[in-house]
This record gives sequence, structure tokens and C-alpha cells, in this order.
Amino acid sequence: MNKFSVNLTINDIPVTVPEGTTILEAAKKLDFRIPTLCYHEDLCVAGNCRVCVVEQVGAKALVAACATPVAEGMCIHTNSATVRTARKTIIQLLLSEHNADCTKCYKNGNCELQNLAHEYRVGEHVFIDLINERRLTIDDLSPSIIKDDSKCIRCQRCVRTCHDIQGVSALAVAYKGDHQKISTFLDHPLVEVVCTNCGQCINRCPVGALVEKTNIEEVWDAINDPTKHVVVQTAPAVRVAIGEELGYDPGERLTGKMVTALRRLGFNSVLDTDFTADLTILEEGTELLTRLKKVLVDKDETVALPMTTSCSPGWVKFIEHTFPEFLPNVSTCKSPQQMFGALAKTYYATKKGLKAQDVCVVSIMPCTAKKYEANRPEMRSSGYKDVDYVLTTRELGTMIKQAGINFRNLEESHYDSLMGDSTGAGVIFGATGGVMEAALRTVYEIVTGREVPFKNLNILPVRGIEGVREATIKIEGCQPEWGFLEGVEVSCAVAHSLANAKKLMEAVKAGLVNYHFIEIMACPGGCLGGGGQPIPTSAEIRNKRSQAIYNEDAGLPLRKSHDNPEVKILYEEFLGAPNSHKAHTLLHTHYTPRKRY
Amino acid sequence: MLDVQKIIEDVTQVYGKSRTALMPILQAVVKERNYLEDKEMIAVAKALDLSPAEVFGTASFYTFLDTVPRGKYCIRVCKTISCHMAGKDEIIKALEDTLRIKVGETTVDKQFTLMTANCLGWCHKGPVMLINDEVYPELTPQRAIEIVNGYRRENAG
Ligand code: SF4
Ligand code: SF4
Ligand code: SF4
Ligand code: FES
Ligand code: FES
Repeated sequence: MNKFSVNLTINDIPVTVPEGTTILEAAKKLDFRIPTLCYHEDLCVAGNCRVCVVEQVGAKALVAACATPVAEGMCIHTNSATVRTARKTIIQLLLSEHNADCTKCYKNGNCELQNLAHEYRVGEHVFIDLINERRLTIDDLSPSIIKDDSKCIRCQRCVRTCHDIQGVSALAVAYKGDHQKISTFLDHPLVEVVCTNCGQCINRCPVGALVEKTNIEEVWDAINDPTKHVVVQTAPAVRVAIGEELGYDPGERLTGKMVTALRRLGFNSVLDTDFTADLTILEEGTELLTRLKKVLVDKDETVALPMTTSCSPGWVKFIEHTFPEFLPNVSTCKSPQQMFGALAKTYYATKKGLKAQDVCVVSIMPCTAKKYEANRPEMRSSGYKDVDYVLTTRELGTMIKQAGINFRNLEESHYDSLMGDSTGAGVIFGATGGVMEAALRTVYEIVTGREVPFKNLNILPVRGIEGVREATIKIEGCQPEWGFLEGVEVSCAVAHSLANAKKLMEAVKAGLVNYHFIEIMACPGGCLGGGGQPIPTSAEIRNKRSQAIYNEDAGLPLRKSHDNPEVKILYEEFLGAPNSHKAHTLLHTHYTPRKRY
Repeated sequence: MLDVQKIIEDVTQVYGKSRTALMPILQAVVKERNYLEDKEMIAVAKALDLSPAEVFGTASFYTFLDTVPRGKYCIRVCKTISCHMAGKDEIIKALEDTLRIKVGETTVDKQFTLMTANCLGWCHKGPVMLINDEVYPELTPQRAIEIVNGYRRENAG
């Protein structure tokens, strides 16, 4: 114990907590919930909304519970008449500046302000409505995000998210007083600034001021169009989070029920992004080995190491803006979503006797950046837009509800064939460190002919929640053709959330560290904490989803990407070999340097 | 020509390349030319490893750090209660008439911008206006026009 204990009472109940605890945390310990808006456990304290006010006996004014540390002998009341009146007034004041058009609002039903207005029964407007007096803009130009200032309560969670978690600061607080607003540089639309479309701000916005741009109606239209063969793919992290949209506790694995639900929604074929995750491992693993050979054997100085992963479109956009000089280091592999789209309109279409233009590809992603990615001009290898529509996990939840499906009672079923098989290695793509682990499982075996030397294939050093993790794996007993790797210690690093990615890349740039392979995921926890996942998010929720992912991996019969039977067939019948010419045309891409300023 | 790089260098000599240097740099730029251009905010962001949004956010907070083009002379008439009671509306009207612009606008010759400001701390001698750094208390509409004419002459001479 290096911290002193502090004794206080909350609503006359004594409690002892470590020094530095806030009143909010101490109350939570006693199971008293204090309402909050600007507070978010992932972020630093802002203390600007004041709905968390409580009464401290002896103090002149009410104090903000989220921003006030406990003190010895404090007597706190969280629900006195003064507190209730103050809170109600604060909510009414917030609403007087708010476009409270709940029935038309995207966040209707999942809005922290609406919940508080309901809880405190705010009733009629007490204050003059100022909403028309404010300078307000709606930015709906991004394919990923809609920013509606008329819904913003200026809690600044998004500003803190974009700065503290992502190191991007696309958003800042601008102007002051009644003109204060959350703004990009000169109020440019989000598509024109450094925003990575990661959606982390959406995950933390308490109201409807930042939401995804929805494509639900387009997807229903496609399903109802008899000329279209609509294929759906589901990303690894969706299966462990969709339950949260449908009333389950975080961490439920619902793969089989989700597949059945998708079939009931009317998709013609339910396939798996995990299939192309396995494919990514073969393409990216081969690319890594080729790069290593070129550097170590051919001494080719044009080849860039460390190689970084490319499956996170938030990371790709970030590096394009922030470290364009490192673009040659980014794997040329498309993300699994885009590999899937390119194959669905070529390989799959041919196999099914369909024309590419009649296949419509829908993705269910934990991610808002995937919406942007699908709209990139490079992503048209099939001759058409490879992925037509991207829905977030949240949007899928909405569709299941709209369809009136009783999810809990659904039987489980399997993905359809051709591109529906997956291994545990594909599943763990959804967690930070997962791509690294999956790649090592395959690369090590290609090179040595033996399985990675970790118990049950679990490469624990790359798992976990630290922002940046490192691991080395020594290659011994190589197959003859990989002799040049004998004794080489392959050194790897893993980072999640862009602020950590920035730190890592700055260290690489400064020459402080030397890696061969780096995995980066834009979102905290990896895709399982993605900007399209159910709201709310917290470390605890992300941890539960992560456990579910690793359990799913452990429970699968096949756990190495190169064992995926449908991937083998794909190479035999269509692509030839990893990194073949055809694979390059369909599955690889290039990047665009962009301005940071 | 305003040399923003030189200003950045001078200020960071004193304050280092941290956020502390932000306000002094912005103030120095505005001192030279009354407002901040986009490219200057970008240059400052680069130098201090901030995002342009953060620089813009800071600049837009301060009434005196303008981010839109301003004339050579910025006229700011106090609009707060004491000056309001003392007749700030007539002053503004007189200025609008003589300059042929509305509040918030800049004359075509880029000489004058007319703005309002919150209390300038001269409430006992209102109505009051500020032209760049110069305070002009106890105004009458006639007096305000004369002052502006003084600037016009100074400029022509
Ligand atoms: S943000 Fe919340 S309170 Fe505001 S209109 Fe939408 S649902 Fe209603
Ligand atoms: S989407 Fe990500 S990068 Fe863009 S503003 Fe939100 S948090 Fe920042
Ligand atoms: S956009 Fe959302 S998160 Fe950002 S300040 Fe407004 S209400 Fe808060
Ligand atoms: S939650 Fe405490 S001030 Fe906003
Ligand atoms: S009210 Fe005008 S200076 Fe104070």
C-alpha cells in the first residue's frame, strides 16, 4: 500500500477508498450511480457538463463528482433535493441549446442526453430555445461519419478521443461562449482533413452529434432487387459484439445465430471475412518472406523493412497523412474486406455462373473506416466497386430488429461454401496482436516445417492490452530453401490505437528500434474496439470481447491460415500461388501520400 | 511581406517548441498584419507539432486573433451594457455611414474593418472604441467620424 486511505460518507454510508479516487468512483463502489455526460472512463477528466454535481456538506457550491477527489471526512449527498433540482436545470439548459428532435434522430433510443431527460422528466421547455440562434453545420460529406453540430452538447469527448487515444486531433474546440463549437481546421469537412474515419469519436459521443453514415436502406433495396445476388461477409470482431445490440451481455460468441439471422434477412449467400483473413496471412506472410529474402540475401536496398500490416483502413489513412515517407513499408495487401470484394465479383461469380455486375457485396464491419475504404478509387479490381455497401455492427443490429427476428431463439448455422471456411487464425484478426499471431503461426511453419514453438499455438507475448508490445521469435531448423533465415531472430511489434502507433513509428523513424514486422490497428483493442461496434465502450467491455475472440479461436478445429481448405482450393483453381500475378492484380494495392497539414 | 518563419524562430527561441509558444506566435503575427492566414496557422502547427485544428481552435477563441482578412485598421466598438446605455448604437451607425460598410465588414480599399467587442474596461467613459491598440473614450457620432478621418489623412499623407 503506497496510497493513503481516505474515509468519507456517501448518502450517510461510510466508505474507504484510496487517496486520489474521485467522488464519482467512490459512489460507484457503493453502487450509487451519478449521471455523467462529459465523463468517459477511457478519457481524461474534463468536468464541463456539470450533470454529475453532488452536495458536499459544508461546501458553498455543489461539486462535480467526476472532477473532485475525495477528502478525509467528506459527507456527500448524491440525491438531495438541491442536487436533483440543479441536475434538472442543467439538463434543461443543455436542451435549450439542443436540436432535441429525438424521433428523427439517429441516436434515438441510445442517447445519454435523451436518457437523462427521460430520467429527470424534464417536461416542457423551461428556457428559451436557443437552437436557432447558434451557427450550426451538418457535415455529411464523409462516407463514414456525419457530424451534426445542432446535436452537440460540447462535452468534448470527441476532442479528447481524437487527441488522447488517436493522436490525430482532427477535431478541436473553436470559438467561445455561445459560439463555441467542435470544429476541424477552418471548419473544413472531415473528408478534407486528417480524420482517419476511425469512428472512435462516434463510439464516445453521448448524443447524435457524431454518428456513422448509414447504408441500411441501400442494403434493403439490394436484398429486395431480384436481379441482384447479394453476398454478405462478416468481419471477425462482429460475432463477439453483435449480442450487445440485441440485449446480451458483452462477450457472447454468437457466430452461428448471426449466420442464421443474416440468412433470414434475405442475403443470398452468407460468407466470412475470416476466409479472406486467412488469405491475407498467406499473401502477407509470403510478402514478408520475400522482403526478408531481398534484404538479407539479395542485399536489395530498395526494399523497405520493417513491413507493417495494412488491414486497418484507419491506420492506412493515418500513415498516408502522418508518415508518408513510410508508405513503402506498408504491406501491399488489401484488407480482408477488400480481398473478399475483389474475389466475390470474380472467383465466386464465375463459380456460381453469375455476372460480376449482378453480384452485390455487403460487409458487416466493426468499423466506420471500412466505409471509406470501400469507396477508395483503388478498390475496383473486379472492374466494379468491389464492396458495394459496408454496415457497422450497430447497423446490423438495427436490421435484425427491423426484421422482427427473435435472435435468442434462432438455431445456429454454418457459413455458406466457397468463401465461408475460416480458421482460428482468421478469427483472431479481430483482436490487437491477432494478425501478428496468425502470421507467425503460418510463416514459422512455412520456413521450418514445424509448428510455432508455443503451447497450443497460443503466442501469448503478442496478446494483451499494453499499447505497444514486442516479441522476438528465433528461427531454427529451417527448410533448405529458407536456409538464409537460420538463426535469425525475427523481431515484431504490435501497437493499437493511433496515438500508440504514432509513438512506435516515431521510434522507428528515429532509428531507436529495429523490427522486421509491425502490426498496427487503429482502434483500442483492435477491431473488437472498432468505431462501428456497439456503444458504449470501455476497457472492461473490450476485454470481454477479446476473451470471446480467443475462446472462439481455441475452439476451432483448424487454427492455422494455411490449413483453410477453401483457401487451398482458391489457390489451386484460381490464383495459382501466393503473390502470383493474378493475386497481385486482385488482392494487392497501393497508397497515396496525403498532407498532414 | 510577413515572414511567419522568422516569427516562429524568434518566439521558439524564447519559449521552446512547445504549446506555450503558440499564443506568443499568433499574437506576433496579428501584431504585424491584424489577422491570421490559413497558411500561417499551418506553419505554426508544423513548427509546434500540433494539428492545424488545434491552432485554429485556439485562434478562434480569442476575439483579437482573427482568422479572416481584416483591414489595416480594426475598429472595435464596445457593445456591452454601459456603452450600450451611453449610446453605442449611434456610434456604430455613424461609423457604418462614413465607412459605407456594416459591422463585420472591411472597406474595399482594405483600410478599415468595423467590429464590435465586449467590455473594454472603460465603462465610466463610454461609449468607447478601439482602433488597433488605441482607445477612444467618450465618443459622440461626430467625434468618431473625425477620428476615422484622422486615420484616412494619415494614410493618404
Ligand atoms: S441527440 Fe439524443 S436528445 Fe438529441 S435529438 Fe438525438 S436522441 Fe434526442
Ligand atoms: S473518426 Fe477518428 S480521426 Fe476522425 S475525428 Fe473521429 S476520432 Fe478523430
Ligand atoms: S460531438 Fe459529441 S462528443 Fe463531441 S463535443 Fe459534441 S456531443 Fe460531445
Ligand atoms: S460528468 Fe462531471 S462534469 Fe461532466
Ligand atoms: S461596457 Fe463598454 S467598456 Fe465596459
